[in-house]
Amino acid sequence: MSTPVPLAPPRRLVDVTIDGREVRVPEGATILDACASTGTDVPTLCYGDTLTPKNACRVCVVEVDGARTLAPACSRAVEPGMAVRTDSERVRHSRRMVLELLGSSVDLSTTPEAPEWMERYGARPERFGPRAEPAALGERDARHAGAHEPPDGAAAATVEQPPKVDNDLYVRDYGKCIMCYKCVDACGEQWQNTFAIGVAGRGFDARISTEHDVALPDSACVYCGNCIEVCPTGALSFRSEFEMRAEGTWDEERQTQTTTICTYCGVGCNVTLHVQENEIVKVTSPHDNPVTHGNLCIKGRFGFQHVQQRRHD
Amino acid sequence: MDLRFLDAPPTDAERDAVDAVLGPAESGWDGGRREAADLRYARGGHAARDRRDLLLPALHAVNDRVGWISPAALDYICRRLTVPPAEAYGVATFYAMFAVHERPRRVVHVCTDIACAARGADRLRADLAERAGPPGGTGSEVVWHESPCLGLCERAPAALALEAGAPPRYAVAAPATAADLDRLTGAAAAPDEGPAGTGAHGSAGAATFASEPAAGGRAEPPAHASVPQAGEPGLVLLRRIGVVDPESLDDYRANGGYAALRRALRLGPAGVIREVLDSGLVGRGGAAFPTGRKWEGTARQPDTPHYLVCNADESEPGTFKDRVVMEGDPFSVIEAMTVAGYATAARKGYLYIRGEYPRALSLLENAIARARERNLLGRDILGSGFDFDIEIRRGAGAYICGEETAIFNSIEGRRGEPRSKPPFPIERGLFGKPTTINNVETLVNVLPILLMGGPAYAGIGTGRSTGPKLFCVSGTVRRPGVYELPFGATLRELVTLAGGTPDGRPPRAVLLGGAAGGFVRGDELDIPLTFEGAREAGATLGSGVVLVLDDTVDLPAILVRIAAFFRDESCGQCVPCRVGTVRQEEALHRLSTGAGARRTDLELLRDVGAAMRDASICGLGQTAWNAVESAIDRLGVFGAEPAAAPAEAPSPAHAAKEDR
Ligand SMILES: Cc1cc2nc3c(=O)[nH]c(=O)nc-3n(C[C@H](O)[C@H](O)[C@H](O)COP(=O)(O)O)c2cc1C
Ligand code: SF4
Ligand code: SF4
Ligand code: SF4
Ligand code: FES
Ligand code: FES
Repeated sequence: MSTPVPLAPPRRLVDVTIDGREVRVPEGATILDACASTGTDVPTLCYGDTLTPKNACRVCVVEVDGARTLAPACSRAVEPGMAVRTDSERVRHSRRMVLELLGSSVDLSTTPEAPEWMERYGARPERFGPRAEPAALGERDARHAGAHEPPDGAAAATVEQPPKVDNDLYVRDYGKCIMCYKCVDACGEQWQNTFAIGVAGRGFDARISTEHDVALPDSACVYCGNCIEVCPTGALSFRSEFEMRAEGTWDEERQTQTTTICTYCGVGCNVTLHVQENEIVKVTSPHDNPVTHGNLCIKGRFGFQHVQQRRHD
Repeated sequence: MDLRFLDAPPTDAERDAVDAVLGPAESGWDGGRREAADLRYARGGHAARDRRDLLLPALHAVNDRVGWISPAALDYICRRLTVPPAEAYGVATFYAMFAVHERPRRVVHVCTDIACAARGADRLRADLAERAGPPGGTGSEVVWHESPCLGLCERAPAALALEAGAPPRYAVAAPATAADLDRLTGAAAAPDEGPAGTGAHGSAGAATFASEPAAGGRAEPPAHASVPQAGEPGLVLLRRIGVVDPESLDDYRANGGYAALRRALRLGPAGVIREVLDSGLVGRGGAAFPTGRKWEGTARQPDTPHYLVCNADESEPGTFKDRVVMEGDPFSVIEAMTVAGYATAARKGYLYIRGEYPRALSLLENAIARARERNLLGRDILGSGFDFDIEIRRGAGAYICGEETAIFNSIEGRRGEPRSKPPFPIERGLFGKPTTINNVETLVNVLPILLMGGPAYAGIGTGRSTGPKLFCVSGTVRRPGVYELPFGATLRELVTLAGGTPDGRPPRAVLLGGAAGGFVRGDELDIPLTFEGAREAGATLGSGVVLVLDDTVDLPAILVRIAAFFRDESCGQCVPCRVGTVRQEEALHRLSTGAGARRTDLELLRDVGAAMRDASICGLGQTAWNAVESAIDRLGVFGAEPAAAPAEAPSPAHAAKEDR
């Protein structure tokens, strides 16, 4: 059998300028794609390489000449003749504010790029005042849409709350959640089709939740971990990673990554084993795999214990 | 989809309420009794899922019947509609009128928003809290909440009681006195009479609410009491209000009703669009987009079916004109929707009305039923071969659902979050199909356009602001209400028409365009009330709000209330708005109490404001700082020295709600 060749109609090319440099990109490409082709770095948080852009975080905004407001680079399609600026004062201001607003309300300590971007845009999240006390577990989940709580001008409200540890496999630490919607999209209609989690509540009280905030084992969750795979902030993490971080033993410098093939069934998904001190500490999957796009099932994601059962005889 | 449900069965009342909307369950697969035959086939796929848009009506049915949505009730709805429970929970918790925790059947909403605040709502609220406990408290009979604008601003301060039951009841107290609130929060809920709903308008028009007010409520004044000009000659949009019986189709027809539809059917769809283009009509919902171009754009789309949506969500604080039109002349809205459907080749129209408008809802339900009886809706309308019908969808307490793409998501049974544009509604709107969406006032303008002809209509008003315009005058004026003036009158003329301030002195400030608009000073009353005039003055007409504030009003408190409104009503999708509205409220809170460093907080407000305006997804975030900014810069609240604009700020002082 010969390999099938995808027969997409040839795409027309579109000329656009990025920061004054002309580039030619296929029609339908996003501004982010065009920026990538000129090597222009654009920060992104809610954008996921395997997901349809939700354009919720707005950290990727750029200035399109002639437009009243800034445009999200991750989702706005290029148009012929479009002139885009990625580093104007307006762009820098909004990116700085997005980082300050997130930094002041969410725990970004495990968001890999946050410190670099904060520095690049001069973001000072602390200017909104001291952080309010974290909410008790379940308090944010019980908030009623529209019910007003008068602010305490002395402290900056946050989404911080204790992590939800309700199963052996992974932890949901929503004090780190930036509401990028990626886990919901991965769990639901874009990949897993399980719909165990959704967005509940409204406004600042919006949160990722199972129905009625039931614990994961009581929800539809099948522990595929595909939500963890796409989470940009570490709000979702392997129980092993969570515990090692708590103990202070998590150390990515000392980890190796080995990509291999899952042995459980005939699909042959790729799994990348993250190993520290000869223990598998988490499992990811390459996003560029044309079949699985980074998705696994519970066996590939969490079924690694037998590999490290050492014989003690 | 791999759905997981609870084992808890719904109560009979919950099941009845849901079945009344969805029909009885067919089998064990969708929540009915499990029979042996169920084991031999599986129900699923698109057929099971394509009723997702009934999610919101089903949630309403349970909330209306029992007062809250229990896990078992939500579960039953999910089974019936093949909706994942986590998603349905996300939808139910999006709306302020729904509760997912047990609460009393009677809920009293006490408005604390800007027009009511200008009329003593604060004292009323504080007194009530003293007598009945804090808002949201856990009484067994009644619970009360502070509410954003209830759209009753001309009778501020306002309160609305909603009582679940069969049928549900409501009562309005406006202007509300302490005694009224005592009655509303003190009266026991009517006995729950069991499933048989009694329709106020008989069997043909299944009415949602009982016609008698809930216990403790008084009869509401008629709609024309809110129109000080009622009955005056020369009115165009308000001419029937107070003249016709809003329940009578015969009366409507005897007063010129349905003449415009007849003319439309003679002109043909293209002819109607030509008249609307010639009239120069632009949208009255806030964005001022040319209506004819919108209609032409939808009519031309090859994709079918086309939909029409009438935006009656009217939740912009200070706005109540659409309510008065719907209550005083409901058939005109139905006729205008029919004309719009005809022109844009839509066979189905949705009328999305905010959940806090029970009287308007009842009158529209009646109007639709009467129109169907006379073949003014349905198949082959008036023998023209044109089929068109209207479905009412009730909002459930979310300002954002007035945004034109959020309204689509809300109707489709999803969270009312705005979509990103492009694509625009004319290409991909409701159910992904070409959709025309117009405000109530925009639509009713089409009737006089057809009767007098587009060019004659364009002769009313000035330049690019053609036709008559409705203004919602509230606050500290002698005769608040809905006023109709041709575009071009000045703000002074309007305030004078409304009797001026109680003490006859010029107002301290006027809020134009609602919470998303901006303030002007009392010495700027010569601003012409046109889109161009307002823009030149750095203001906006928005939805026609004219909220007059004299110097008895605590302006900083009004600003804090506006900030609270945006914080509470943000959908939460994008960071600039979700967090920015919180930081804005915190800073205003500090400024108004004198805590914190003023300069720092003003700078902080400007920084946050510029990002909200520039980087938010939709008009809510983009305008959330407008009013505050204008109060600081124009009124000098907080003693700000006119500050340098933030670097390369998006220039127009008041971005309109959206562009396209
Ligand atoms: C946050 C927000 C709320 C809105 N609320 C309403 C509303 O309640 N009623 C309305 O007609 N338009 C509202 N709009 C404007 C609509 O998005 C839309 O522009 C309008 O319905 C179009 O109708 P028109 O062209 O007839 O004005 C709102 C816009 C935003 C951004
Ligand atoms: S582990 Fe899989 S099923 Fe469970 S919430 Fe995450 S994506 Fe959904
Ligand atoms: S948990 Fe992670 S993936 Fe999910 S919304 Fe929050 S930050 Fe995004
Ligand atoms: S601007 Fe506000 S209301 Fe609009 S999409 Fe963003 S969060 Fe939602
Ligand atoms: S990455 Fe583009 S909006 Fe979040
Ligand atoms: S009804 Fe209270 S502000 Fe409108």
